Amino acid sequence: MKCSEFLNELTNYLDGVLDARTKSELDDHLAWCHNCYVVCDTTRKTIEIYRDSELYELPEDLRTRLRSAIMSKCSAHKKSEPPSS
Amino acid sequence: MIIRPLTGVLGTPWYLTASTQLPATALGVSVLSTGYSVLGTFKYNSISRIGHAVGKICIKLPMSTIQPNVEQPVSEEMALVRRAKRGDDQAFEELVRRYDRNVFRIAQHITQNREDAEDVVQEAFLKAYGNLAKFQEQSKFYTWLVRIAVNEALMKLRRRKPERTVSLDEEVKTEDDSLPREVADWSPNPEQMYNQAQLRDILTRTIQGLPSGFRTVFVLRDVEGLSTEETAQALELSIPAVKSRLLRARLQLRERLNRYFQKKASGDGDQ
Repeated sequence: MKCSEFLNELTNYLDGVLDARTKSELDDHLAWCHNCYVVCDTTRKTIEIYRDSELYELPEDLRTRLRSAIMSKCSAHKKSEPPSS
Repeated sequence: MIIRPLTGVLGTPWYLTASTQLPATALGVSVLSTGYSVLGTFKYNSISRIGHAVGKICIKLPMSTIQPNVEQPVSEEMALVRRAKRGDDQAFEELVRRYDRNVFRIAQHITQNREDAEDVVQEAFLKAYGNLAKFQEQSKFYTWLVRIAVNEALMKLRRRKPERTVSLDEEVKTEDDSLPREVADWSPNPEQMYNQAQLRDILTRTIQGLPSGFRTVFVLRDVEGLSTEETAQALELSIPAVKSRLLRARLQLRERLNRYFQKKASGDGDQ
């Protein structure tokens, strides 16, 4: 297996959606190709770091204000709608 | 109607009856109703009455033939949606509570602006509320909501940056742009090399540098945890397009993070 072939399957490999045979071929490649091993390992870390990073969390006070604004606009929208019957 | 391709039958002789019925076993389904039709070409010997399929043969079957109408348990989410459709605003408010944080994160990742993200949260939920009757329940409500939010966020981005065309397809042309140029190993615990504020700054600046089409796919798949299929639905992309963008997004992020996280040549990588 060439490194470019490994890279093409990297996303499927990291997501664990490969059939057993292809996964085994990729594992074999990783066992001897240090570069691909590093790319695979650091890409996995990249995903984990972003997944755990909690960037852009919604502060609770802003959350409450937004929800209140949404529901009051929904209510206004409902009143402006003609009766369904 | 859906089209199901027939596999494993090309070249197999079929004894064609006057009504050109196909053997049920060839269809791989247990129920064969009338009303299906065959798309493709047959070579047919009218004397021997033996036909051969040529090319790709597809059979149109009524949806009910392949996906029997089995009662599925209604998810908690869908129960809330149905109550909201009947005018129960408390049920809709519960849906807002469930997903406002997710919509805010997605919106801020796309617009890169907090005020715009707040607007997107409001507009996406309002649009969902106003269009609930049109929601056909063929996907999760959340996937449908994400689709609305992504469109709202992209509209904001277009208005703010009119000089740039923001297209979800703009980056697909490049083939080798994300092949790693530099393969440097990272420190064993890269996130511990910086304090929380520094790390947040690094991650924010790095992901903001990604093209929007890549960033959006990465956020939906890897940050929000949508499946590939849900991401494809939400972004109206094909599954191969989602996979391709996801690979490039992951590799580009990895490479951009190298400068912060790679092992120092002389030491153990700690700063």
